[in-house]
Amino acid sequence: MSLRQGSMRYPYFPGCTLKAKARGFETSAVASAGALGVHLDEMENWQCCGATFPLQADNSFPLVSPARTLASARKMGERLVTLCSACYNVLKRTNHVLRTDVGRRDKVNAFIEEDYAGDLEVMHFLEVLRDDVGFDALARSVKTSLGGLAVAPYYGCLLLRPNDELGFDDPEAPHILEDFLSALGCQVVDHPYKIECCGSYVALEPGDLASGPSRMVVESARSRGAQAIVTSCPLCQYNLDVAQQGAHGREQAGVPVIYFTQLLAIALGLPEDVLGFEGHVISPGPLLRCVGVVGSDAIA
Amino acid sequence: MRLARDVVRGEEERKLRDISGEEVRSCYQCGKCSAGCAMTSMMDLLPHQVIRLVQLGQVEEALASRTIWLCASCLACSARCPRGVSLPNVMESLRVTMLRPGGRHIDPARLPADVLENAPEQALVAGLRKYS
Ligand code: SF4
Ligand code: SF4
Ligand code: SF4
Ligand code: SF4
Repeated sequence: MSLRQGSMRYPYFPGCTLKAKARGFETSAVASAGALGVHLDEMENWQCCGATFPLQADNSFPLVSPARTLASARKMGERLVTLCSACYNVLKRTNHVLRTDVGRRDKVNAFIEEDYAGDLEVMHFLEVLRDDVGFDALARSVKTSLGGLAVAPYYGCLLLRPNDELGFDDPEAPHILEDFLSALGCQVVDHPYKIECCGSYVALEPGDLASGPSRMVVESARSRGAQAIVTSCPLCQYNLDVAQQGAHGREQAGVPVIYFTQLLAIALGLPEDVLGFEGHVISPGPLLRCVGVVGSDAIA
Repeated sequence: MRLARDVVRGEEERKLRDISGEEVRSCYQCGKCSAGCAMTSMMDLLPHQVIRLVQLGQVEEALASRTIWLCASCLACSARCPRGVSLPNVMESLRVTMLRPGGRHIDPARLPADVLENAPEQALVAGLRKYS
């Protein structure tokens, strides 16, 4: 058994979204981690990572903010845990540049007055669950049976690409979310759009343009019997959720889109006040009450 | 169509190459990038057509395309390109060519109230970095 109760502490980078619109992602993750003996120790000096990795070879300035965070995390330890897929992507890619590109490293270090060499391991919380807690140990910690709830994993892009820098999972056929869902006792719904893009920041374009790709993703999961979709990206959550706005009243009920940590907290039998479903367009409340995994009406 | 050498290998293409770090001439127009792109139904030019325009020095036409703003930087295309072209970097070089002189594709002050109210911070930060 790889679960060492109370022995695991990790410096943790929350990111701005988890302190604002996606609070339920953080509260459910921190509480679940605690129940599994993992202490997520929020780092003191962090700032927004910038949310998108800059794709410009001639401009190192957007690396400054994530580099400051990385340099400061390195003073706390050798690893840094993230929850938001975007934070994971931006911090890990920035770290890769600082580790492998001496020219850009020197430039950024000179600007932030640090001497950071890129020698930090940026991790996603799913990797902590898989590698340090272990999915077998996780399965033994489940207190509330999810009763075969049919759940579709949704990776999107930021956890998987570019694979040569992130190395998170098989980039075309990932399975970490599937293994996680199986450990919780869910029925895993495989679907062809699980690694496709939801439309991302194109959500800001006028005319609801990101809803097309998002609806494809939801439909791909729904038509295969998914009762819920799990993600680790606040933007995926938003896009897939709002793409279903107006879906009520038609013959198809909406599919709730929830953070994997919210399902984890339910399975671990944690109090409902850590779930934080406020703000979800398609409320998971009715579904979860219907399958008997949450009791109160407090969940909207 | 006849194109002069100094148009095809011109200053515009060189500037884009400096920004993107990408060699668009490696692209052999197989179309695999466009085949797997989630955003094509809304695009006026397919991703591989944007690359072709840049290859031929037709940068103005690429800059006028809706496609450069609809690319979501999802990296599905670059993950699969048999020639190792990072098309999202080329898209970004076209966007910043419009933005660096002070242009704005989206004005933060004119975002709809429901987007400002409900979109996650990540969407606003990422979107405004790509669009303004
Ligand atoms: S990705 Fe987002 S949520 Fe994460 S810190 Fe960066 S901007 Fe904020
Ligand atoms: S928000 Fe969309 S673009 Fe981002 S990871 Fe999620 S799927 Fe990809
Ligand atoms: S996949 Fe690569 S080589 Fe093929 S058309 Fe696209 S950019 Fe060109
Ligand atoms: S990065 Fe842009 S062009 Fe490439 S597949 Fe994604 S949206 Fe399409």
